[in-house]
Amino acid sequence: MLNFLGRLWQPGIMLVALLLSVPVLTIASFVFEPSGENWEHLKQTVLPEYLSNSALLVAGVSVGTLLIGVSTAWLTAMCRFPGKQLFVWMLLLPLAMPAYIIAYTYTGLFDFAGPVQSQIREWTGWGYRDYYFPEVRSLGGAISMLSLVLYPYVYLLARSAFVEQSICVLEVSRTLGCGAWCSFYRVALPLARPAIVAGLSLALMETLADYGTVSYFGLGVFTTGIFRTWFGLGDSVAAAKMAAMLLMFVFTLVVIERVSRKQARYHHTTNKYSQLPEYQLKGAKALLAFLMCLLPVAFGFFLPAAQLTSWAIITFDEMVDANFVRLTVNTILLGISAALLSVLLAVFLAYGKRMLGRTSVFVSIRIAAIGYAIPGTVVAVGIIIPFAWLDNTLDQFMRERFDYSTGLLLSGTLFAVMFAYMVRFLAVSLQTIESGLGKIKPSMDDASRSLGYSPRETLFKVHMPLMKGSLLTALLIVFVDVMKELPATLILRPFNFNTLAVRAFELASDERLADSSTAALMIVVVGLLPVIYLSKSIAQSRAGHKNDG
Amino acid sequence: MVNQLEVKNIDVSYGSHQIINDLSFTLEEGRIGCLLGPSGCGKTTVLRTIAGFEQPKQGQVLIRDRVVADRKTNLPPEKREIGMVFQDFALFPNLSVEDNIRFGLKKWSKKDQHARVIELLAMIGMSTLSRAYPHQLSGGQQQRVALARAMAPKPSILLLDEPFSSMDVELREQLAREVRLILKQENITAILVTHDQNEAFAMADEICVMHEGRIQQHDSAYNLYHKPVNRFVADFIGEGVIVPGMVVGGNTVNTELGNIHGHVPAGCKPGCLVDVLIRPDDIVHDDDSSEKAVVVESAFRGSDFLYTLRMPSGIEVLSLVPSHHDHKINETIGIRLEFDHLVVFPSTR
Repeated sequence: MLNFLGRLWQPGIMLVALLLSVPVLTIASFVFEPSGENWEHLKQTVLPEYLSNSALLVAGVSVGTLLIGVSTAWLTAMCRFPGKQLFVWMLLLPLAMPAYIIAYTYTGLFDFAGPVQSQIREWTGWGYRDYYFPEVRSLGGAISMLSLVLYPYVYLLARSAFVEQSICVLEVSRTLGCGAWCSFYRVALPLARPAIVAGLSLALMETLADYGTVSYFGLGVFTTGIFRTWFGLGDSVAAAKMAAMLLMFVFTLVVIERVSRKQARYHHTTNKYSQLPEYQLKGAKALLAFLMCLLPVAFGFFLPAAQLTSWAIITFDEMVDANFVRLTVNTILLGISAALLSVLLAVFLAYGKRMLGRTSVFVSIRIAAIGYAIPGTVVAVGIIIPFAWLDNTLDQFMRERFDYSTGLLLSGTLFAVMFAYMVRFLAVSLQTIESGLGKIKPSMDDASRSLGYSPRETLFKVHMPLMKGSLLTALLIVFVDVMKELPATLILRPFNFNTLAVRAFELASDERLADSSTAALMIVVVGLLPVIYLSKSIAQSRAGHKNDG
Repeated sequence: MVNQLEVKNIDVSYGSHQIINDLSFTLEEGRIGCLLGPSGCGKTTVLRTIAGFEQPKQGQVLIRDRVVADRKTNLPPEKREIGMVFQDFALFPNLSVEDNIRFGLKKWSKKDQHARVIELLAMIGMSTLSRAYPHQLSGGQQQRVALARAMAPKPSILLLDEPFSSMDVELREQLAREVRLILKQENITAILVTHDQNEAFAMADEICVMHEGRIQQHDSAYNLYHKPVNRFVADFIGEGVIVPGMVVGGNTVNTELGNIHGHVPAGCKPGCLVDVLIRPDDIVHDDDSSEKAVVVESAFRGSDFLYTLRMPSGIEVLSLVPSHHDHKINETIGIRLEFDHLVVFPSTR
């Protein structure tokens, strides 16, 4: 039985890897495609704008996420001030807020007809154009929105780096005459640098992948450019070439992230932790620290959440109807199926790696998981092209041979959507499953066997109870990611098939901000689940405390 | 006496790399055996072959006169009635101490399970910690739980794979003696795998010294030290130096330390070049002796000193000297050669 499975296992893993790498390979192949007329035109007109906008966006989000992420990480790791224990986990809340949702919430709040400007006009008696108010729907606005929801990546990794630092190195620097600030700049920050860079590259991957915000703000960047070229110009080759360019930038980030994570391991100086001595902040300093932590949480989560809630209350009766229920059920079913499938695949791959342990398997799994960094827009284009080719070829063949038209079998089906989710999110479930499996040492399998349990019984008696947590976590994370996913679903979904995210985006794009709030709020509420889980596991894994359980 | 375990001429390979070469030994009921050797000598592979995690290419493994493994058959580990204690203990982190010990008793009645768990908890002195989880225990406690878990189903043979290697050095010998006491109480046949001779001496009745996939010598600790059969065993067990010599008579070897008398192995005719093993306890410090040596190095070990001495001929030997003889480096002291028996190997020169 095991031998039979074993023989199918490795080819199975390689097949999964091959299938999941089709979109990336497709897009990459367009780097060498001869450029058409449109491409030359694009190169002279909009491409420089896309490049400069994307570069400015990346630069701006870097500054924003670093400022917020590193400062709050340091404050909550090393200082004691009122509310600190709350901020440790509350600072993660913006992770639940998709950028496109916060973007149109702020637009509703701050645009000319919004409550803020109306209130200002009422108080001052000013009229239109009498005063200056920053435009939300701008590059600066997009940078602020993205920074507000993406800083938790930097915060998360920077904070764990600060907390894991050996307290000795900080004490050494104090004994060598370096004050608290000097210790931060000269010791703690350089030691945490790889972790910070890794967090930043994750935030920037999300920035490059973002479609909802930039599209809503009408900014020309790569993701919106791919959309415009494909659906506006109808030029799939030029769109794919643009996607290939974006892919190159993303891969640069992937490499930076990988290298940084490796370095972070070497910077991990000790395994003996003591409780960090926290700097007790008092008076103005404590107030400043409090505000520095409060502002990102308030603007990144509570304010937009409150606005969404108030809109949702107003529009509830009108919006929540049979249609909305169907939409919700659609989304949940889609999320659950994608989560189950990706966890199933992840288990298949992870156990294959554990049992077979061959280099070819390792490489295949790396390839299968490559999609986590790739923008949904790129994945979608990378799926449409081969699927359309397959559909057309098959259709042509069937018509020539059997005079029967198969039409479009794959394009525009839920299968295509599901395939895109696997490409995007398999890495997420795989990582969770692998880390869970890693905790079951091979000697535990042997121990169970020596105590009279067969391999099957070992799977159920030893592995299942120990893996349960990881399996559920993986299911949850993929489910939420699917629920939030916008661009790939938008492009690949079957005609008239909607998810909450797509519906919220459509309504918002039609300037029906208030109407979109119910769907948006649901996404945020569900998105809170993994954030709560994450914050719990952070609270349990404080260095200086033993944590094996 | 029943042979609890019999390993007959086994060969074991990983791929094309042969790890174990024509290896045989037997272990009688109630005895504690030890596979002792440097890392990479194949001792853990032998243990895993007995357990059923590896299959021999040649030869047989018999537990209680039943063939459990040969070229064709390979009884899976769960059917061999063995117990195993792992290097990292491999306790199930999601189960309490009690449930870990009970894990292998699935076929017993609830009442018997309960009684056995109580009995074992008392034996390892952890009755009060039955509800604790592995991560709440110290290393020594985890180890005792792992031992109790392996012993619970009353296995025919208990296999211990470097069970003390993750312990503090100071604790190892003490734990080894404790574990020996428990095994002897229950009259359990066991095999210990280790690279640490002190552990082996503290725990085992008989020891197989292994090197390069073969057993070099299967003997008591005393014989391994005083009557090593080859240079590898002589080097690996205890301290000492090898001094070149030449056989001059039926039972005399001429070395730079003078003529040494004792049994010379057959085949070493007069004129034959040989190596002579000199243990630190063969060189006795005696202030009145006319033979002198210079102290080159000294290591204080509490009850005695281990001196490295340079003989007039320039050769260096070790000597164990009672602790109150505190001599300085470069001091000349009197010594006497005191050989109970001669350990001689054919020369490798």
